[in-house]
Amino acid sequence: MSSVAMQIFNGISLGSVLLLVAMGLAITFGLMRVINMAHGDLIMIGAYVTYLMQVIFVQYIPEQFFDWYFILAIPAAFIIVAGIGMLLEFTVIRHLYGRPLDSLLATFGAGLILQQLIRTIFGAPNVGVQSPSFLQGSLEIFGLYLPFSRLFMIGLVIVCLGGLFIYLYRTRQGRRVRAVMQNREMATCVGISSRKVDSLTFAMGAGFAGVAGCTLTLIGPIGPTIGLNYIVDAFMVVVVGGVGALTGTVIGALGIGVFNTFFEYWTNASMGKVLIFALIIAFLQWRPSGLFSMKTRSLD
Amino acid sequence: MKKYKWGIALFSSAFILSACAAGDEAADTGFGEASAGEDEQSDSEENSEEVVVDEDSIPVGLLHSLSGTMAISETSVRDAVMLAIDEINEDGGVLGKEIVPIVEDGASDEPVFSERASKLLQQDDVAAIFGTWTSASRQAVLPVVEEHNGLLFYPVQYEGMESSPNIFYNGAAPNQQIVPAVEWLFDNVGDSFFLLGSDYVFPRTANQIIQAQLDDLGGEVVREEYTPMGHTDYNTIISHIRDTEPDVIFNTLNGDSNVAFFNQLADAGITSDDVTVLSVSVAEEEIRGIGAEVLEGHYASWNYYQTTDTPENDTFVSNFKEAYGEDRVTGDPIEAAYFMVYLWAQAVEEAGTTETDAVREAASGITFDAPNGPVEIDGDNQHVYKTVRIGEVQGDGQFEEVWNSGEPVKPDPYLETYDWAEAIQ
Repeated sequence: MSSVAMQIFNGISLGSVLLLVAMGLAITFGLMRVINMAHGDLIMIGAYVTYLMQVIFVQYIPEQFFDWYFILAIPAAFIIVAGIGMLLEFTVIRHLYGRPLDSLLATFGAGLILQQLIRTIFGAPNVGVQSPSFLQGSLEIFGLYLPFSRLFMIGLVIVCLGGLFIYLYRTRQGRRVRAVMQNREMATCVGISSRKVDSLTFAMGAGFAGVAGCTLTLIGPIGPTIGLNYIVDAFMVVVVGGVGALTGTVIGALGIGVFNTFFEYWTNASMGKVLIFALIIAFLQWRPSGLFSMKTRSLD
Repeated sequence: MKKYKWGIALFSSAFILSACAAGDEAADTGFGEASAGEDEQSDSEENSEEVVVDEDSIPVGLLHSLSGTMAISETSVRDAVMLAIDEINEDGGVLGKEIVPIVEDGASDEPVFSERASKLLQQDDVAAIFGTWTSASRQAVLPVVEEHNGLLFYPVQYEGMESSPNIFYNGAAPNQQIVPAVEWLFDNVGDSFFLLGSDYVFPRTANQIIQAQLDDLGGEVVREEYTPMGHTDYNTIISHIRDTEPDVIFNTLNGDSNVAFFNQLADAGITSDDVTVLSVSVAEEEIRGIGAEVLEGHYASWNYYQTTDTPENDTFVSNFKEAYGEDRVTGDPIEAAYFMVYLWAQAVEEAGTTETDAVREAASGITFDAPNGPVEIDGDNQHVYKTVRIGEVQGDGQFEEVWNSGEPVKPDPYLETYDWAEAIQ
């Protein structure tokens, strides 16, 4: 019994990782329809920002404040990666809206540049980030061991989602974003600057990738190519959830997380991956546009 | 909109081109030069330096992944080979000639390995190739060196069950790493084993061997798990570990997955006091990426550690650090890459020529005082006699040796001397 409960927790925890990884992509690919292959590399940059923050703290800040580096790294990763995203949008993607195949190639190239940049600065080997002491170890209740790092990630993903929902659905700026994404021409007719909206939205998507990168340092390796580990999962979540639907992304991530963990528990890791992909293929036959599809009157 | 089109096309192609160029920066000799009509010897670039090969020099090939996922491990191995070549050249070279390294990038991609290997053998006419890391890349180069009757020196421990006349295996065979480790764990830690590995040929073969050996010793395998390369979520595996409560986890995970596994194991509150993990692919270099604090108290089985106490190792470590920086560490494959150049050089001196058949003939029985202790080439299977060492990870990321075999162990890639291994193909 407790092992089933443990697996449910593991599933939710994997779902939260998937959601963190996919949230940025749900904006850049989901809302903006840019096939953003650089998403994984933006995640990687977020992880390196965290590493850099740790190095700065070790060298310049008294030791008792060390744990704070991680708290500071989250907004720092968001801002720095959002800045890189804005630059990327300004130089490349701006010229490619409505041309998905070209944006696929160009963002893939941009991703390779980011990888090589990091390799030149930090070297090819992986770097190590030490988790802050308050996230080490696990909480023991009813014979279950819930790692603090996983609980933290679940909490963080809820905070990020809440922020994103409020921004998109409760603010003027968010309404402009939705308007431009749903019908660009009509939105510009009523006086919304689509350039400004595009730039801000892409930067925000990139910023969430940075936050994902920052938290992934708690559980995984940090190297120039880690983006590749996550990019497929991220696209999978967004496609299953339904392109353009944030609710779909949330349910898609949790569903894939829970199913994947149980499949893996009953079989093994490789077979679990096979089964989850088989399930997704079958699911997309049934609902080609994902769990939730956005109804619009625009002509695609 | 029209006027953008050209700009966009330029932008995207410029981006992609520069990315590709960056990826291959280290060594790309390209086809262009070859077809430009320069005949005879090589005229390749290595880090944009001109390599001139004339009568007073011997070209050798270095074939490692300098880009892609394996670059993490393989760039250090390339550095070690370069160090050995420099040292030999300073001492007057081989047969009075200078060794000239020609560096190629395998790019973590097997077809590239085999194509680069034929380029080295056909176009550059190299005397030997030092290179490859994964079994897959070695097996991609194998048919090429056999066809051209070239020589490959391979620096990494592997699963055994192979013996090509054109390859010298300088890493440990299973009986020089896995078999003694299982024996030591069975005697000192416990008899229930959890086998965890990446899903490819080395872990699967290794676990077949461990299973057969434990059947013979009277131990038990409680569970066998494989995860895809690059897997990063080990919570479910950790649930299985809790359920089965093994004494030992025998870890054959490769690459990045180790970071995720050890971190999540520590987060789940499982320490080296609860279960002992012994790894065969975690050396000093990898510890730096995983973090020493989560590995402390766990074990590894190798033939060499940076802390191995021999006079040769003191010199080797200080030379390596002097050449590449104080913060660099050495490790088993790095050391093997270093001494294999010396073994080749001695075999060439002995043979009086770089001709493959003569070198192979002369190589049998060649000995060298390597940093790990004395090594000797076994002429029967072209593997190397090496001392087996089991080490415990310390807080500073270095190993403390807890056991060694006392003398170099004869390599036995097919495990012919073990009765229990008959069923393994």
